[in-house]
Amino acid sequence: MSRKRSTAKIKDKLFKLVAIAFTTIALLSLVLLIGDILIKGFARVNWSFLVNLPSRHADQAGIYTALAGMVSLLVFTMITAIPIGILSGIYLEEYGKDSWFARFVEVNISNLAGVPSVIYGILGLQLFVRTTGLGNSILAGSLTLALLIMPIIIVSTREAVKAVPDSLRQGSLALGATKWQTVYKVVLPASFGGILTGIILSTSRAIGETAPLIVVGALAYVPFIPEGPMDQYTSLPIQIYNWTTRPQADFVTNAAAGIIVMLVFTFLLNAVAITLRNRWYKKVKI
Amino acid sequence: MVQKSQDIAVATANKLSANRLSLYYGEKQALRDITMGIQANTITAFIGPSGCGKSTFLRCFNRMNDLIPNVRIDGQVTLDGKDIYRKKLDVYEHRKNIGMVFQKPNPFPKSIYDNVVFGLDINGERSRSVLDQTVEDALTKAALWDEVKDNLHKSALALSGGQQQRLCIARAIAVKPSVLLMDEPASALDPISTAKIEELIISLKDSFTIVIVTHNMQQAARISDKTAFFYLGELIEYTDTGTLFTNPQREATENYITGRYG
Repeated sequence: MSRKRSTAKIKDKLFKLVAIAFTTIALLSLVLLIGDILIKGFARVNWSFLVNLPSRHADQAGIYTALAGMVSLLVFTMITAIPIGILSGIYLEEYGKDSWFARFVEVNISNLAGVPSVIYGILGLQLFVRTTGLGNSILAGSLTLALLIMPIIIVSTREAVKAVPDSLRQGSLALGATKWQTVYKVVLPASFGGILTGIILSTSRAIGETAPLIVVGALAYVPFIPEGPMDQYTSLPIQIYNWTTRPQADFVTNAAAGIIVMLVFTFLLNAVAITLRNRWYKKVKI
Repeated sequence: MVQKSQDIAVATANKLSANRLSLYYGEKQALRDITMGIQANTITAFIGPSGCGKSTFLRCFNRMNDLIPNVRIDGQVTLDGKDIYRKKLDVYEHRKNIGMVFQKPNPFPKSIYDNVVFGLDINGERSRSVLDQTVEDALTKAALWDEVKDNLHKSALALSGGQQQRLCIARAIAVKPSVLLMDEPASALDPISTAKIEELIISLKDSFTIVIVTHNMQQAARISDKTAFFYLGELIEYTDTGTLFTNPQREATENYITGRYG
């Protein structure tokens, strides 16, 4: 009896150790990766690196256009993906339950979430660049990225909406609210935190994507700042990818510096979103 | 013809009435041929074992059963003599006239203030003074004002279970319905909160017609004027509360109230 228990205790401890060990492996590889990049690129990150145009000379090259391109891409991507994603999620969870159309959409969305991002690039190339005639513009790139991240927003919206207890819907309807009023005034506010989490995740995904942008024609060398959605563009991950393919060591240093900027950018974006979410939780919960 | 004019007489004399009401969930019949009238400004209790149809019947009055797919209803339900299943009825307007309190307190994750004004807000009421007045009136009637008047803008979820349930009652009466339906409003609460809710329900009788579903026979005996006993979807006995508990006419009723099943 006691022997069984002591074996169980040992197993318990062992499992804890194994879990810690694997977590350490994951953390360690992340630390090594970031450390390596910091060592290579940190000295290169300065103001002129941020505001210089691209150049053939590694020491004069900057990421101004790439940064501007990335921000514009992100803005247009989010403007398209967020409303469509949230509304689709609400439709599927609140209105379309059990209809054949909803099931059809659902199957497609789960499939889309598993499609490699290059495929989205090819879809975007045909649909936006060629058929719609947007060319290799910011808009074409944004719409392609929007397609890519929409499944993430839809799925997280659905999860968040599903987590709202039915008793709240009933309470609202019993007060004479219509379905729309119930969704708008009760369900949406109550699921906002979860929806925001999905948006944060999808934003990070959109920032990091390179492959579909290469396919839809983001340029590696853009010596000007985009002024509208129809302009040509480059984006930071494209710029980094381009630099890493150069043989000169100085360009690799530039790439490392670019990665640092991108990490900081992503980190700031997540921090803002998480702060917003926590503030909202506080307001709603207590 | 004679039958019909009698029905109308029953319907007009009562605040609420059901006439030969049957309800089906798909193939399964949940309510069988129920006919009863509920008088204005009384408290009527529905008792019976789980699954006897009392909650289902309650939800016929504010048409909350409409939300469940495959529900079919035969017969007639009236409010103030008018059929509430008629085609032209605006079900949202109808529900505003019939407040409902649920088994588990279900305050919205909003402030206490926003909870109480929810019904007015969806009606488009924007006047600050009207809203403020309504909040004070409704919370006072719900015996909660003194406890929360300094914290109106705190989250309703920070209240205790009993306070939350009284807030839900305040939310329901804020839109000035004429009927209050209560589906086991105290079953999730401790005895002290339950006593407060019961006291509150009795005090609301002057302003509202109250129908309460309860599992607790002592509760029915304490607060209601009339009691209806349901069993397997049928209305077995419906009479003055005192009579039903001291001198039940049907064997099924007697067996239930003496605790032989339940």
